[in-house]
Amino acid sequence: MSESYRAVKMTDHVYWVGAVDWAIRDFHGHATQRGTTYNAYLVLADKVTLVDTVKAPFTDELLARVASVIDPAKIDYVISNHTEMDHSGGLPQVLAAAKPEKVFASTMGVKALAEHFRLGQDVQAVKDGESLSLGNLDLAFVEARMLHWPDSMMTYLAQEQVLFSSDAFGMHLAGSERFADEVDDCALVEEAAKYYANILLPLSPLVAKLLEKVARLNLPISMIAPSHGPIWRREPTRIVGLYADWAAGKKARKAVVTYDTMWESTGKMARTIGDGLASGGVTVRVMPLRAAHRSDVATEMLDAGALLVGSPTLNNGLFPTVADVLTYLKGLKPRNLVGAAFGSYGWSGEATGQLEEMLGEMKVELAAGALKVKYVPDDEALAASFALGSAVAERLGTETQS
Amino acid sequence: MKYQCTACSYVYDPAVGDPENGVAPGTPFEQVPDDWVCPVCGVGKDMFEPAE
Repeated sequence: MSESYRAVKMTDHVYWVGAVDWAIRDFHGHATQRGTTYNAYLVLADKVTLVDTVKAPFTDELLARVASVIDPAKIDYVISNHTEMDHSGGLPQVLAAAKPEKVFASTMGVKALAEHFRLGQDVQAVKDGESLSLGNLDLAFVEARMLHWPDSMMTYLAQEQVLFSSDAFGMHLAGSERFADEVDDCALVEEAAKYYANILLPLSPLVAKLLEKVARLNLPISMIAPSHGPIWRREPTRIVGLYADWAAGKKARKAVVTYDTMWESTGKMARTIGDGLASGGVTVRVMPLRAAHRSDVATEMLDAGALLVGSPTLNNGLFPTVADVLTYLKGLKPRNLVGAAFGSYGWSGEATGQLEEMLGEMKVELAAGALKVKYVPDDEALAASFALGSAVAERLGTETQS
Repeated sequence: MKYQCTACSYVYDPAVGDPENGVAPGTPFEQVPDDWVCPVCGVGKDMFEPAE
């Protein structure tokens, strides 16, 4: 067999056999500037076991990596930790090539797989806490319902203390570096935060419960192998610690000012508001929506205590990009926020009222009344914008919130 | 009183129950078995809150 792709050895019995997606820049509406990986793992035990597959177009790569270690036809068990198609997409092709004895998924996973594929093979449901013998090695399953799908679960390899954590603790980061300790630390933390902010934030109460559950189970964990991004082989507690902070909603003294503008009037207000916030000692991110992607706004919101939103009024409503980012942020259920609305308008000016309504639905506490300016802001209007920023800064107090 | 799943927003209505999963109509949330899970997303009773 000619060599193309190779497996990467992780432990005595575990290999990475996934795929690197260097090209992807839009992951269902979430910007992935650094591409991603789809991680699949091969466990060479008496029962040869494959944990997850990859996004369908990359399945040949997965099978070639498996083949660099063992003939894929020798795979006995396939485990599906998560039904989403970036991990299950390769299942039909893998099952055809490997003809495994058994396929396993969570109870919700069995149902979800049947609603995605016609696999031509029964999938066996495994429950939270159940174990599976691979002969010389043992696996245990830890369900993680709604982290981030109903079918989500993690698989733990007892003898080598490897936790195949599915999407948890993962990130979208393409690279030849397979392990977190090989990756530039700045990129690592940035992408880990971005992943949490865009996918897991609304599920924070469940994240906190999962972390408690795993702590109670007292499983020694030497390595965390997620389904995207680098593998945590040294200090896996570091990413767990970050998750605990994010799940607790720990905030910095930070504000995000996001807006769009038609003639730079709302834009001038936004920048002056930003300066007002900064004068109060708050870290500010001003994010014009024709420059910043909604997922980057969400990332900055992860540790922000304040959200200020500006919109012109277009045809009696919000400027569409502002409606977009608010819809997106609302779904992420950020907590413990103060905020305000602002905008320039020409005649009817409904936008700021609609912004306040939306912020109210998001449970953002309004720190000041909406600031509306007709057409181009004059010095007085800019001073009022600056004052709005300082007022919100004052509400953020002098200590970090949690 | 209705209860809402905080993970997926499914609403448990006691008048309706969840007969497909063995909970008869008319069962107050408090009397739904402890091992019952949200029929939409599978999380446990502890993730439910009283709905307005």
